Amino acid sequence: MRSKDTIQLYINNNSYKLDIGDRPGQVDPSHTLVFTLRETLGLTGTKISCGQGACGACTVIMDGKAVLSCGILTVECGGKEIITIEGLRNPKTGELDPLQQAFIDYTAFQCGYCTPGMILTSKALLNKNPHPSEEMILEALSGNFCRCVSHYRVLEAVISVAENRE
Amino acid sequence: MGKEYRYVGKPMKRRDGEEIVTGSALFLDDLKLPNLLYGKVLRSPHAHAHIKNIDKSKAEAMPGVRTVVTWEDIPDWRGGTPRNVRVLDKKVRYVGDAVALVAAVSEQIAEEALPLIEVDYEILPAVFDINAALKPDAPLLYEELESNILPGGTPIYGPKCLKGVVYGDVDKGFEDADIISEGIFGYENIPNALPPEPPGAIAIWEPPNKATIYGSSQAPYMDKVSLYHVFNREVDVRSIGHHVGGGFGTKLMCWQVQAYAIILSRATGCPVKITFSKEEQMTSFTLRVGSRIRAKVGMKTDGTITAVQGTWFVDTGYYSFTTQCQVAVGSGELQLFAQCRNWDLQNKIVVTNRNASGATRGFGGQELKCSLIPVLSLAMEKAGLDPLEVIKKNFIKPGGGYFWRNGEWYDYRGIDFSEMMDRGAERFGWKDKWKGWLRPSAVNGALRRGIGVGVHGNADIGEDAAEAYIQLGYQGTATIFLCVSEHGTGQKTNYARVAAEVLQIPPERITMSPADTLVTPFEFGPVGSRGTYAISSAVINAAENARKQLLEMASRKLGASPEDLDTVDGKIFVKKEPEKGLKWSVMGNDRTILGYGRFEPDFTMCNCLMSFVEIEVNTETGETRLVRVVNATDIGQIIDPVGLENQLNGCWGSAGIDSALFEETIIDRKTGNILNANLIDYPWRTFKELPDIENVVLETPFPSHRFHAVGIAEITTSPGPSAVLMAASNAIGTWLQQYPVTPDRILKALGEKDTAGRSEG
Repeated sequence: MRSKDTIQLYINNNSYKLDIGDRPGQVDPSHTLVFTLRETLGLTGTKISCGQGACGACTVIMDGKAVLSCGILTVECGGKEIITIEGLRNPKTGELDPLQQAFIDYTAFQCGYCTPGMILTSKALLNKNPHPSEEMILEALSGNFCRCVSHYRVLEAVISVAENRE
Repeated sequence: MGKEYRYVGKPMKRRDGEEIVTGSALFLDDLKLPNLLYGKVLRSPHAHAHIKNIDKSKAEAMPGVRTVVTWEDIPDWRGGTPRNVRVLDKKVRYVGDAVALVAAVSEQIAEEALPLIEVDYEILPAVFDINAALKPDAPLLYEELESNILPGGTPIYGPKCLKGVVYGDVDKGFEDADIISEGIFGYENIPNALPPEPPGAIAIWEPPNKATIYGSSQAPYMDKVSLYHVFNREVDVRSIGHHVGGGFGTKLMCWQVQAYAIILSRATGCPVKITFSKEEQMTSFTLRVGSRIRAKVGMKTDGTITAVQGTWFVDTGYYSFTTQCQVAVGSGELQLFAQCRNWDLQNKIVVTNRNASGATRGFGGQELKCSLIPVLSLAMEKAGLDPLEVIKKNFIKPGGGYFWRNGEWYDYRGIDFSEMMDRGAERFGWKDKWKGWLRPSAVNGALRRGIGVGVHGNADIGEDAAEAYIQLGYQGTATIFLCVSEHGTGQKTNYARVAAEVLQIPPERITMSPADTLVTPFEFGPVGSRGTYAISSAVINAAENARKQLLEMASRKLGASPEDLDTVDGKIFVKKEPEKGLKWSVMGNDRTILGYGRFEPDFTMCNCLMSFVEIEVNTETGETRLVRVVNATDIGQIIDPVGLENQLNGCWGSAGIDSALFEETIIDRKTGNILNANLIDYPWRTFKELPDIENVVLETPFPSHRFHAVGIAEITTSPGPSAVLMAASNAIGTWLQQYPVTPDRILKALGEKDTAGRSEG
């Protein structure tokens, strides 16, 4: 929750209480969520590409939904549950999330810069709908920019996880 | 099919897979250094102006700002070919040109300081296209040049650098022709390859004359070389590479952002990071060249091209670094495409007041071919010839030859690609679908389908030298020292794979050094599809060399000659008596076996990709849809089947096929502003619009390296654009001759066709 001087964020099942202010390590009211994640908390798995909410590289999951962290102010995120790419592994076993494993198994990436965003977009979809149609997967990923053209293998990877779900 | 190998050609997971999917792969912007400052660039709002005065006092006084640097504060450091571009100058030459550099304790403060710098400009008249730049009284971008034309040739390709294609007798060629076609066509829409990761650099200055660069470049060793020249051969640069978030040739050179970071670090004594914004990437980082050709072509009724004459105008924007290279390579590639005997194809490299063009995949050849093929298509239409047959007839075959980039003639010793072209055509169903020029292959009400075919080949698969070391470990392991950053092709995995094949140890036992010029030998960089033939040859040779040293050492202990020995899985044994053996630990843990491998440039072979496309056009709305693509290639030996498929699928991304359908950089030709420098206004294909792609891959062994393979990835974007133009023209039954085939262009062409039809009737 946001009090006058602090903000509480829940990221990857960890709680962070951050001061609001303009000193290093604090959250300035102008800071975007991606800035706080990358620069203040060191969670650099979330990538910045366009910085304008057009490419999906900075996607994280917030309260179950895929959102663009470059277009959200951190001060708006008080009390929210946020999952970044660093939080997908099973915290107890260290095992990769099935989507992460499928992206490796299908080589569903080339340069890999847009991969965290794609995995989190797919994760939010599968959490909401464990058995999406191909059309729904394509729709969900339609805001994720990829220039190497790994789309075909991303689709296969996501389908493989959806099909294996109970 | 090639020989059976243990690792080569087998599906294999990427070595960096876990890092990529967990977000722990380090890209440049992820690096953190103590006392890091952040740099920003003040950019010119004018296309052409003298800087009369700069007042930086307010910006310097801003808390958190550590330095503001302008042209007055630095020596005369320059880049470019010729070396006429100052890193910071008292003149600006495009909207976005660097005026001042700021370093501050945060990116935000650096950004806020920019508008505090007061600049007094004297605005000059500007030239925004080739025609304006070539007028006799045109304003000159560089006073030291007599015109806006840059000299041809580049020292790095040698004194005879190819400056055009001029040989044979074109007059005789036209006499021998049955059909002559001519026209002016271009590929001038400047599609942006647009890697998702913006370019950037971190620099650490070390007095008096050293600097370390952490770059986002796809060719880290060449950064060391190019920056050495930029800094008047006075600064020794150590260059360290990382994961690169896409390059597509544009990140072959990042000298400007790197030079800015070095200058700011030198001024502050702290490490400085500069990351370009997406807008800066699209307005002030390498663009594709603009290409226009005025050409005349002679052809026989059997499809033989008898003469090519004309001038190729290359718009390089406000300066060139590699454009002369692209002209040389493009001119070479055109000869692979058309084994014509009579040429008079010259060129002019023109500077204009827009952001500079530089390296991009396709590297001159894609641009030139996209411009020339419409002229050839007119001849093929007149002769009623099937373009597939004309391409097949004219593409290089054994017995052929060409002048390559260094101006030398090469007798071709590669393979015949005809069978590959036939197999691709068969998969596509070309013969059934081809109904003749300007005829749709299918009509369904307002929806009309058309087909097209294009081809590209590049003899740069063996360009430039490559070097690698391989160190063997006594526990049956190996380390590769190689200056390559992973930029998406998966080649780092493949270098470990080929080394594993030579050494016969599992790839998991192989470690790779970072790309660090302090640690590794020279390597030019994975560009021009040279990653497979050139770079992996260096790795293979290093592995062979290390293996030889190992077997020589073991031979003394085993009492057998090295030729009678073999090694598998870290054991050395006598081939005829496999039970008689030793482990690699025979070398002892106090000795290093270091193999060295070098690859010498070889321009005697080329790769080849043919792309067939099917386009559907809605004749009521002008909308187009890419329905299907079939790519055909013959690459000798598949090294990495999954990586190959991924790279071939890349045919429409990074300014390939889509550069003919909808991608373009829109420049206001009155002010020089780029109007769509963001990912909202610059169109790109989404997951919802995926065309069907099929890839036909043949494996006819090449006389290349130990595994007889050649690379293909760079050129996968190149055959498609001209094929789209052909397909869309066939679909609507009239010529489309401009890229991209936007709805307004299609409707306009249909309207003109309609009007012409009525007046004729």
